[in-house]
Amino acid sequence: MSNAVGIYAVEDVLLVSIKDDITDSDVIELQDGLSEEVVRTGARGVVIDISALDIVDTFVGRIFAQLSGVAKLLDAETYIVGMRPAVAMTLVELGMTLPESNMALSVSQALRRIRANRTR
Amino acid sequence: MTVPGGRLVATVKLSTDRDVARARQAVSRAFDDLKARAIRKTRFVTAVSEIARNAVTHGRGGEMSIFVHDRPPGVSVICSDNGPGIENTEQAMSDGFSTGRSMGKGLGGARRLADTFELVSSPGSGTVVRMSGTA
Amino acid sequence: MPNRSDGKGLEIIEDDFDAVVNDWIEMQKDEGIQRTDLFSETEIHEQTRSFLRAFIHGIRAGGSVTDFSLEHKSWQELRDVLDDITRERIGRGVPAGEMAGFVLALKEPVFNRLREHYGKKVDTMLDEIVKFGSVVDELALFTNQQFIIEREQVIERQRDEMLELSTPVVELWERVLTIPLIGTLDSVRAQEVMENLLEAIVRHRAEVAIVDITGVQTVDTQVAQHLLRTAAAVRLMGAECIISGVSPKIAQTIVQLGVDVGDVTTRSSIRTALVHAFETVGYTITRRGGEAEQFV
Repeated sequence: MSNAVGIYAVEDVLLVSIKDDITDSDVIELQDGLSEEVVRTGARGVVIDISALDIVDTFVGRIFAQLSGVAKLLDAETYIVGMRPAVAMTLVELGMTLPESNMALSVSQALRRIRANRTR
Repeated sequence: MTVPGGRLVATVKLSTDRDVARARQAVSRAFDDLKARAIRKTRFVTAVSEIARNAVTHGRGGEMSIFVHDRPPGVSVICSDNGPGIENTEQAMSDGFSTGRSMGKGLGGARRLADTFELVSSPGSGTVVRMSGTA
Repeated sequence: MPNRSDGKGLEIIEDDFDAVVNDWIEMQKDEGIQRTDLFSETEIHEQTRSFLRAFIHGIRAGGSVTDFSLEHKSWQELRDVLDDITRERIGRGVPAGEMAGFVLALKEPVFNRLREHYGKKVDTMLDEIVKFGSVVDELALFTNQQFIIEREQVIERQRDEMLELSTPVVELWERVLTIPLIGTLDSVRAQEVMENLLEAIVRHRAEVAIVDITGVQTVDTQVAQHLLRTAAAVRLMGAECIISGVSPKIAQTIVQLGVDVGDVTTRSSIRTALVHAFETVGYTITRRGGEAEQFV
């Protein structure tokens, strides 16, 4: 995987960090790599940190939506965290509101929510 | 091609997705130089990303020229591709229209995000998009 | 050295500097555009002198009066001085017409001197007058343009300030924000509301944002769309958006308009919205003493 994306396992959660110069092929690689990683590690949660991203366009937005769906099928709860205000406003303008994805303000908030949901 | 009142700051060849990222970076820098607010920059760079990708995936590659304007402060781009051209441009820009695997929000989205947007295309002659965003 | 062939007008200004300054100021007085109410005599003198000085410097730096173009680099100082004078005058409330009048009042003192100097040589005199006159005209035009640009910036700034004032985000509790909307919600204002709210969410690490529409006059399809888009953006940031102040009438309107609010949380009052917000961030309100009656 290119160094624009990093996947780290923290206990039973996979943390995905994305750098701002990500290309379309990096995103596609992430999509393939992440689902394999979920199965390999038996992760129960995935947290994708996009706070470094200035831009999320329709292509990247669509992949994010799919990532959440795929992880859900593999029994891992996915959170997209740290979206910048300007990115959120632009996505709304594009009509991409990611209704199927869980969103959180920060990595720690997402981790808290994953833990809370698992102990329920 | 020149844009009245604009300074050409970069020309980016568009043939791979790496070039799409380069186009985004070049336009980002132009907005940073103008000390634009984040929302202005993000909106326009997102639009640039859409049309640059369109040129790569549907237009067999092309080229993007980036201009900086001082009065009023802003950035404009001209993106031309070597593709087959678009038969029905209005249809292509409506949300939900797609020829490939995309969701079809790209061109219409770019038009909404840019302050001015102009698309010239006809079958067999490639597509040229000019658009601008104020800083 | 100044290019002396460039016109008698310039020569006159140089040789007779103090007298021209005085006449120019007199001229401003006669025209009723010398604002002694806004500027002191000293300030007016200083502005007038620095203007003329910059003019002479421009010529020395190679600026041409015959092919006058204010864009030329030799006129940088003159442009700056004009810029400063314009900005200062706007700051004190001088109207646009007077700004140009200030510059145009330079014509007569110089014309008078040209007339004295050339006497019967009418053709040469007219040439010089035309040449100098067109330079002054261009300077007046420039100040006018500067004036408009400056004004626009002032208006833009005031608009920004007004928008900011009209959309205050208030922290109600830790991680709970509210933005009370009042009046009309057009697309410019909706954009501003969204931006302020999202930035406040980041700043306060807020988990709930209450958009209170009690003070919004009418909710039509467009306003409803703005509200839903705000809610969608808040959700993308990872927070929950509650729209409060939905009166029975507004609720009916929304349904009649066929607007789908999806899963956006709505409440009739900010009070009930706050109760919901407390639950989300992990608090309950209980009455002290007695039977410990819950408000929730």
